[in-house]
Amino acid sequence: MGSGMDLSTTYMGIRLEHPVMPGAGPMADDLDLVKRLEDAGAPAIVMRSLFEEQLEEEQLAAHQAFDARSPTAEASSFLPVPHELALGPEEYLEQLARIVRTVDVPVFASLNGTAPGAWLEYGFLMQQAGAAGIELNVHQLSTDPDETAERLEHRIAYMTSALAQSVSIPVAVKLSPFFTSLPHFARRLDEAGAKGLVLFNRFYQPDIDVEALDVEPSLHLSHPSELLLRLRWLAILTGRFGGSLAASGGVHDAIGALKAVMCGARVTQVVSAVLRGGPTKITELRDGLARWLEDHEYESLAQAHGSMTLEKCPDPSAFERGNYIRIIGSWGR
Amino acid sequence: MAHAILDGNEAVASVAYRTNEVVAIYPITPASPMGEHADAWAAKGLPNVLGTIPEVVEMQSEGGAAGAVHGALQTGALTTTFTASQGLLLMVPNLYKIAGELTPFCLHVAARTIATHALSIFGDHSDVMAARQTGMAMLCSGSVQEAHDFALIGQAATLASRIPFLHFFDGFRTSHEIARIERLEDETLRAMLDDDAIAAHRARALTPDQPSVRGTAQNPDVFFQAREAINPYYLACPGHVTAAMDRFAELTGRRYRPFDYFGAPDAERVIVMMGSGTETAREVVEAAPADDRIGVIAVRLYRPFDVDAFVAALPETAQRVAVLDRTKEPGAPGEPLYLDVSATLRRAGRDVDVIGGRYGLSSKEFGPEHVRAVFDELAAASPRHDFTVGIVDDVTHRSLAVPEIAADEGAATGAIFWGLGSDGTVGASKSTIKIVGEKTALHTQGYFVYDSKKAGAVTVSHLRWSPAPIRSTYLVRRASFVGCHRLELLDQYDVLDAAADGAAFLLDTPHGPEEAFDHLPREVQDEIVAKRLRFFVIDASRLAREAGLSGRINTIMQACFFEIAGVMDVEVAIGEMRSAIEKAYGKRGPAVVRKNLALVDAALEHLHAARVPAEATSTRRRPPPVAAKAPDFVQRVTAMMLAGKGDLLPVSAFPVDGAWPTGTSRWEKRSIAAEIPIWDPAICIQCNHCTIVCPHAAIRAKVFDAEALAGAPADFASARYRAKDFADMQYTLQVAPEDCTGCTLCVKVCPAKDKSNPRHKAIDMAPKREHLDVERSRFDFFLEIPEIERKRIHKLDVKGSQFCQPLFEYSGACSGCGETPYVKLLTQLFGDRAVIANATGCSSIYGGNLPTTPYAKNADGRGPAWSNSLFEDNAELGLGFRLGLDEHTSRARGLVSTLRDAIGAELADGLLAPHAEDEATIDAQRERVTALRAALAGLDRAEARALEAVADYLVEKSLWIVGGDGWAYDIGYGGLDHVLALGRNVNVLVLDTEVYSNTGGQQSKATPLGATAKFAAAGKPVAKKDLGLEALSYGHVYVASVAMGADMKQTVKAFREAEAYPGASLIIAYSPCIAHGYDLAHSLDQSTRAVSSGVWPLYRFDPRRAAAGELPLVLDSKEPSTSVEEYMRFEARFRVVEQVDRARFKSFCEEAQRNATRRRALYERLSEIHALGAPREAE
Repeated sequence: MGSGMDLSTTYMGIRLEHPVMPGAGPMADDLDLVKRLEDAGAPAIVMRSLFEEQLEEEQLAAHQAFDARSPTAEASSFLPVPHELALGPEEYLEQLARIVRTVDVPVFASLNGTAPGAWLEYGFLMQQAGAAGIELNVHQLSTDPDETAERLEHRIAYMTSALAQSVSIPVAVKLSPFFTSLPHFARRLDEAGAKGLVLFNRFYQPDIDVEALDVEPSLHLSHPSELLLRLRWLAILTGRFGGSLAASGGVHDAIGALKAVMCGARVTQVVSAVLRGGPTKITELRDGLARWLEDHEYESLAQAHGSMTLEKCPDPSAFERGNYIRIIGSWGR
Repeated sequence: MAHAILDGNEAVASVAYRTNEVVAIYPITPASPMGEHADAWAAKGLPNVLGTIPEVVEMQSEGGAAGAVHGALQTGALTTTFTASQGLLLMVPNLYKIAGELTPFCLHVAARTIATHALSIFGDHSDVMAARQTGMAMLCSGSVQEAHDFALIGQAATLASRIPFLHFFDGFRTSHEIARIERLEDETLRAMLDDDAIAAHRARALTPDQPSVRGTAQNPDVFFQAREAINPYYLACPGHVTAAMDRFAELTGRRYRPFDYFGAPDAERVIVMMGSGTETAREVVEAAPADDRIGVIAVRLYRPFDVDAFVAALPETAQRVAVLDRTKEPGAPGEPLYLDVSATLRRAGRDVDVIGGRYGLSSKEFGPEHVRAVFDELAAASPRHDFTVGIVDDVTHRSLAVPEIAADEGAATGAIFWGLGSDGTVGASKSTIKIVGEKTALHTQGYFVYDSKKAGAVTVSHLRWSPAPIRSTYLVRRASFVGCHRLELLDQYDVLDAAADGAAFLLDTPHGPEEAFDHLPREVQDEIVAKRLRFFVIDASRLAREAGLSGRINTIMQACFFEIAGVMDVEVAIGEMRSAIEKAYGKRGPAVVRKNLALVDAALEHLHAARVPAEATSTRRRPPPVAAKAPDFVQRVTAMMLAGKGDLLPVSAFPVDGAWPTGTSRWEKRSIAAEIPIWDPAICIQCNHCTIVCPHAAIRAKVFDAEALAGAPADFASARYRAKDFADMQYTLQVAPEDCTGCTLCVKVCPAKDKSNPRHKAIDMAPKREHLDVERSRFDFFLEIPEIERKRIHKLDVKGSQFCQPLFEYSGACSGCGETPYVKLLTQLFGDRAVIANATGCSSIYGGNLPTTPYAKNADGRGPAWSNSLFEDNAELGLGFRLGLDEHTSRARGLVSTLRDAIGAELADGLLAPHAEDEATIDAQRERVTALRAALAGLDRAEARALEAVADYLVEKSLWIVGGDGWAYDIGYGGLDHVLALGRNVNVLVLDTEVYSNTGGQQSKATPLGATAKFAAAGKPVAKKDLGLEALSYGHVYVASVAMGADMKQTVKAFREAEAYPGASLIIAYSPCIAHGYDLAHSLDQSTRAVSSGVWPLYRFDPRRAAAGELPLVLDSKEPSTSVEEYMRFEARFRVVEQVDRARFKSFCEEAQRNATRRRALYERLSEIHALGAPREAE
């Protein structure tokens, strides 16, 4: 680090050199890239999610492929069944272990699921493989009119609690923004044992093919404008949630990272910017952050942390409904 | 000694693998599993008893395997192979050599019928009897235990005697029977292998360090003497076998002799036979009262035939002997074993009456009643020779009357399970046999009968368990438990026929315990009541569906069986089931284990004893197997076969030469789909994409005049035809509801969506039960609507071709089969004048496997003429067709010229004029031939009669040579290459599934790099052969590479060009197959990926274009737009490698990508070369 500025932060009890870390994404699939991220100053690594549904589908598909659908007198099967198969989380765990061996910074694993199940045991295996913490990614769209918000929240809290109890490393919950009373739910997750909240999940946003009348899954990289939603909820939740908050989505430059920290984020997760700009984007953001703090004569990052939360900012109503009204009103001028 | 639950193939392979160093293999039913086991063990690194891992290599044919075996033996390696039937015939030349050179070698044969009037995959001794003259010693085993034991005795005896051994056992009956046997441990194997004999074998190796020359050519002066020099070895051979059997008895306690006698010591009537039938005969004679005085000699060592040992084995009291042969040698005074026994007794001076007869051809049942029939014949005043037993011969009256014997399982208990191949019934039955065999002191046996279809195949599992050894090598006759895993089977078969009084009957049904009985057909109800069956029900299909294991009801039904049958403690059995699930599925992932375990728990919770009233309640009877309007032959013969009663048909029912009527599949209504496509005319754009991709011709389009709708059912659907070619006509798209297999490809390909609700398409899958009645009546009417005249279809493109009647319909191919859409298209475009030579394989099985066959006729009575000869000779067969057809045509044309004046110059010139082969000119030529016949009728000349016989050949016949990649790339490649080189007007269609599909997915040279297949378990390390490029190099061969799922327009164009090309044409067709390891409902997308990744380039190479100064090679596929890895990731055959070894998978992906890129670059260059095409002068 070229600067003497103290950018250190503590995320879920783990001390990090600075708050700009690569978020869960495809970068960690490539060990070389992981190493380059560390060289670029990444204070931690987050692996992409291990998808419960995908694992299960893979297992069932292989099961069906090995047990021939149409056996005949001449052919009782059509594929040789290997003596060893890795249809469980082995691949993920091996990659996790490899990353842990390769880098000196903490490595966070990520687990994606929609309902409680045996897959929660994977958390323990992640801990064994050397994960410093686990991000529980519980994003799901509720499409069932019979499922109440209460039931959905209960399920996520239950999964959080089950995972937190099965490991000794900290568990963060990565949420979508679509909760009616996020502060209340955050408290519930706090009680369930979550040591961190990651705000927010970005997800596949299906597009429409108007010619073929088809829905096409697509994933767009984030845009800086998406940060605003994160800032608001960081500002609101800081002080209302006991653990650490992480900003995820929309941090593309040092000022963005600074805003997130000011709103209470212990870390800012960066994915799209790194995918676009490469690992050195981390260096750029870190150094930019340090430079800004130096230029503005801050003593350390800690001094800026949480300065713009709902509790501390000069005009808390700006984070509340009035904000909307004021902007609408300003257009009329 | 440890027990093992094995089938005959594994029992044999286990010994052969452990006692040899080199294994050369080639797949053939029913021997393939032996090679597969050997390959799997080698891949796993299991050593043989000599401490090395055997080298296992798959060859291109059995001839190739035999050559490799011969070579390895010559270099002193202990070598083995496995085969059957035609495969053994291909090995025969090498067997002579191996025997003539006194080479220790034990070949294992799962004896199977040789194809004659028909192919049969089932068991008899016609193959091994065709090898008895080679000089191989022949050892026959009759049970799984014996097969295991004789594999070792054969190996020991060959080393000791230097005579090569052919060890054989009955295909299917022994090769596929699962039994509890005593397993031979490595120490026993090692103790049986004589080190000195192995050393001597090695010392004889062909080596430059001690050179010798073999394979000399000898002349009349010495050949004879040198041939006789071998005699001492044959004379000594039986002694070596006896010694090996004695040593084996010392080590294991199981004693065998070259001829084993069972029965009364003072028997007067004796049967002599070989193979599994000896077990049944032994069961009968050992159960007979002493005063019956009957016995059986089981021939173990058939060659060399030890005269003294045979005579010693036959009781002195024997007065009459019946020799049973499981083979037929037409024209001989008797079958081979009969002749051997007759000569032996005559030489021994024994005054015994000997008769001979045939039994069990093609695995025909041979039960106690048949043994009794033979003994009865021996007791007759004048026993008949040359009899048959097990059939009714009402033509030459050779069959024995079979006595009624009360079905009795003796000490054993029998159970029968009716299921579908896809529901796992056979797997569950095998698991049950394993659990009972391993966890109780009971002997166990399992045997499995499949029907001849690939989609929706019915399986019947026959299980026995008994405190005594089981020798019943026939189906269960009296079952204490009958499970029916699919409700619909009760409408098709007499499922309860073998149910014993008071037996348990378990049914998978959606109906609850109170009403289940009422939903049964009357016949079934009557049987339940009359036999006082205990009736149990469970909705297993629903439970499996809810658990995400749709259709896999095996675990549920197995748990219910243990609960009901009382074969062993239920808790122990369920515990074992759970362990078996964890063991078998553990490596497939926790989700698979969890879901299966949950089904075990759910099974017992949802099993109910069903209400059975005092008498039948139903008025619904089992429907007849075929419709009343079916032709006479179908009513008399086919219907019996469909009802599972083909065994009852007498000899007179059958064609004498194997020529059967076509178009019979339409009478077999299998109704296997749960959902069928339903048409919405309002949305349909009438593109006919659905019909072209349908593998079973079960969705069809017609255009017709509105008047044809007279008399239509009120709800018959039609729409005004949308295009100009048939303006003002009507269009109907119609599903054949009982022929559809529910593959969904038609719906997947349908581009027409409801604009307000795009989920609704012009065709949607819907539950069949809700639509069956309506769609059945619609389809019946649809068939009545006349086909549009072919000559009116001006544009034979994708759409137009689908208005041609498919003359290949409702085959037994797999649901979603990737081959059959091409075959169907062929018949639509050219079927009314097509002659097809079809290589053995999937296409010959779904094309010609009885009871019903899919090639059909049009209203004029014309349709494809189809024949299957062998696997290896198909190109040559087709060429032969061409030569014959051309000869007829040439003769006809010559006669027309000769009779020009008599028949009229205009007609003659018209007949002889060259004409383009469009439908209008073909039709015009047919009209001329009709006119010609009329003219000839009035001519009293010999030439006129001669021309009448060949007049139809004035209409050009379309010659097609069809087969899979196993044929084209491997076993038939030499012939195919030669036929292409000749350049005669043949059209070759290679249905490339990239694997031997029919025999269960063994690799071929078409298997792509990185794919796992049998014999390539770790992924094929070399690239697929570029067959098209090889053919293209001739310059004069039309070559096309097509993938219908990716580009149906290009496919149709290629078919038409190939057929029109007057020389040799080759179409290589990308054919998705279940062996690729994904749900074929997605095969259209995957075909697109194959093309867009460059893995499967589309091209057409037409030498005519070169002649016209154009570039002959046209690349039809665009620059690759997806990665090869993306294509590979979609199929389990590639993904399995990743799941085992990710680095290997990655490396495969990279290499496959390089190959695809390189191939694309090569083809792009070739497409720029004018000189590539070299049409022959004659063209």
